[in-house]
Amino acid sequence: MAVLVIAEHDNASLKASTLNTITAATQCGSEVHVLVAGHDCSVVAQIAATIVGVAKVLVADAAQFADGLAENIAAQAIALAAGYSHILAPATAYGKNILPRVAAKLDVGQISEITKIDTPDTFERSIYAGNAIATVQSSYPVKVVTVRTTCFQPAETGANAVIESVAAVAASGKTRFISREVAKSDRPELASAKIVVAGGRGLNSAEDFQILAQLADKLGAAIGASRAAVDAGYVPNDWQIGQTGKIVAPQLYIAVGISGAIQHLAGIKGSKTIVAINKDPDAPIFLVADYGIVGDLYELVPQLIAALD
Amino acid sequence: MKIMVPVKRVVDYNVKVRVKSDGSGVDVVNVKMSMNPFDEIAMEEAMRQKEDGKATEVIAVSCGVPQCQDVLRTALAVGADRGILVETDVDLQPLAVAKLLKAIADKEQPQLIILGKQATDDDANQTGQMLAALLDWPQATFASKIVIDGDKATVTREVDGGLEIIELTLPAIVTADLRLNEPRYVTLPNMMKAKKKPLETIQSADLSVDVTSLIKTLRVTEPPVRTAGIMVPDIATLVSKLKNEANVI
Repeated sequence: MAVLVIAEHDNASLKASTLNTITAATQCGSEVHVLVAGHDCSVVAQIAATIVGVAKVLVADAAQFADGLAENIAAQAIALAAGYSHILAPATAYGKNILPRVAAKLDVGQISEITKIDTPDTFERSIYAGNAIATVQSSYPVKVVTVRTTCFQPAETGANAVIESVAAVAASGKTRFISREVAKSDRPELASAKIVVAGGRGLNSAEDFQILAQLADKLGAAIGASRAAVDAGYVPNDWQIGQTGKIVAPQLYIAVGISGAIQHLAGIKGSKTIVAINKDPDAPIFLVADYGIVGDLYELVPQLIAALD
Repeated sequence: MKIMVPVKRVVDYNVKVRVKSDGSGVDVVNVKMSMNPFDEIAMEEAMRQKEDGKATEVIAVSCGVPQCQDVLRTALAVGADRGILVETDVDLQPLAVAKLLKAIADKEQPQLIILGKQATDDDANQTGQMLAALLDWPQATFASKIVIDGDKATVTREVDGGLEIIELTLPAIVTADLRLNEPRYVTLPNMMKAKKKPLETIQSADLSVDVTSLIKTLRVTEPPVRTAGIMVPDIATLVSKLKNEANVI
C-alpha cells in the first residue's frame, strides 16, 4: 500500500516542509504519492514530481483549493484515501489545520508531530512541552500522522514521477477566505534556518529588535522571538518559538534576553548549539545553553556584530 | 445563541513533569492540575461574546474522571451558565473526546463551539478539528480574533507566515490561540457562586460512543538530556568557541 503526503504549497512553489514530510513518508512505505490540491498549481505539481522518493503526484486543481481551506483540502484527501496505508502532512499551521479532519472522517486516531519513525506503525513524539517522549503504536488500518519537519532531512530533487489529475471534490461552501497578511522576507524560514537569532523580554521595543536584525544579517540567520516579545507587540506572531509556536533545530541558536521558560525551551531543544545572552545569571536558559554570557545585551550584541566582521 | 466550551483538566503548565523510571508514563500523582491554558482562553472568549450580547448561554463540558468537576467549577466561576461532565475512566484520546463532544453538541445545539487549540499535556492539536469534521461544521483554528455578526463568524487566524482572515457560516468550531484574549482572574465570590450553578454528570457509556483507541502508548522516556555548557567571560571568547569548538560559524 502506498503512502499519501498532503503537499503544503502556495500554488506557485512547494513549501520546504513538504520535502521533510516526503522523507518521513519514505520511512513509512516504499511507494509515496503526493497530493497537490490548489488552484492554477501545475508548477507545484511539476516540482513535486521531481522530488526523490515520489512515485506519483495527484493534482486537484480548482478554485476551492486556492487558499488552503481545511474543509476542502481534507475532503479531497478523504476522497482519495482508499488504498493508502498512511496519510502524512507537515506539522505546520497548514498541516495541523487539515489533517485531523481527515482522521476523524476516516474514523481513525491521529498521531501528531512525530519526531521519529521506529517502524511503519510505531512513532515517537514529544509530550508535556518536550519534557517527555512517547513511543506510540497505531493499529488503525490507516495511519494519519503529522511530521515535525526539523526531525527529517529534506528530500532532494532528481526524480521524475508521474503526474495525474484527479477530479476535484465540491467545496464545503461554509467557509470563505477573506485575506492574508504574510510578511515577505529575504531571511531564511525559521523552521529550516541553519542559524536562528531570537529575542525575548530583555528587548524593550520593536525598534530594539533592529539590533537583532543586524546580527541576523551578519550571520544569514532567521529571526525569532519568545512569547513575551510577541505578546508585547514588538514582533509578529509568526516569529514565536516554543511549545505552541515554531519548533526550530538550527546548527546555532542565539537567545538574546530570553529567560528560558519551559514552553520556550520546548521549541529549541533540537538545536545543535545554544548560546544565551542575558543579564540575569539565574535565568533558566543558562541551564541548557552550551555557551552563556551574562551581561547587558545592548552592549554585548553590538560587540558580537563587530566581532563577526 | 449557545456557546459550548470544552475544557480539559491537565497538569498545570508550571509543573516540570517527571518521567517514571519504569517507562510507563509521566508521574502525575499529587501533581497540581489545572484547566488547560488554551481552554481558559476559550472560556474567556465565550464570556466576552456573551457580555457583548452575541450569546445567551455558555455551557462548559469536560470529559474524563470525576475530578474534572474541578475545572468545570472553575469554568462556572469564570461565568459559564452550566457545566456538563462526561464521566469515564478510560484514558481518552482526541478522537474519542470529539465523539463525546459531538453527542453533547447534538443534544445542546450550540451555534459555536470554542476549544483551546491544543492541550499542554499531549500537545495533540486535534480535538477541535476532529469535532468539526464529525459535525460537518466549518472550522477556524489558531484564532486570535473572533467577530460574530448574525450567522457569520469572521476569524483572524495565526498561521505560519503571519495572519489570515476567514469567514465561517455558523454553526462553527473555533480553536483559541494565545493572543485571542487574556483570561480574567477567578474571584473567590465567583467560585462560591459557582457552587450553586448546575453541574450535570453523564456516563460516557450512556452516550453510545466507542471511546476505545487503537493507538497505544508503548513507553514514555526522558528526552535527550541537554546539560549546561560553559559560561564565557566576553564576546571574543564566545566567537572563538563558536568558530573553533562548536564549528557553527
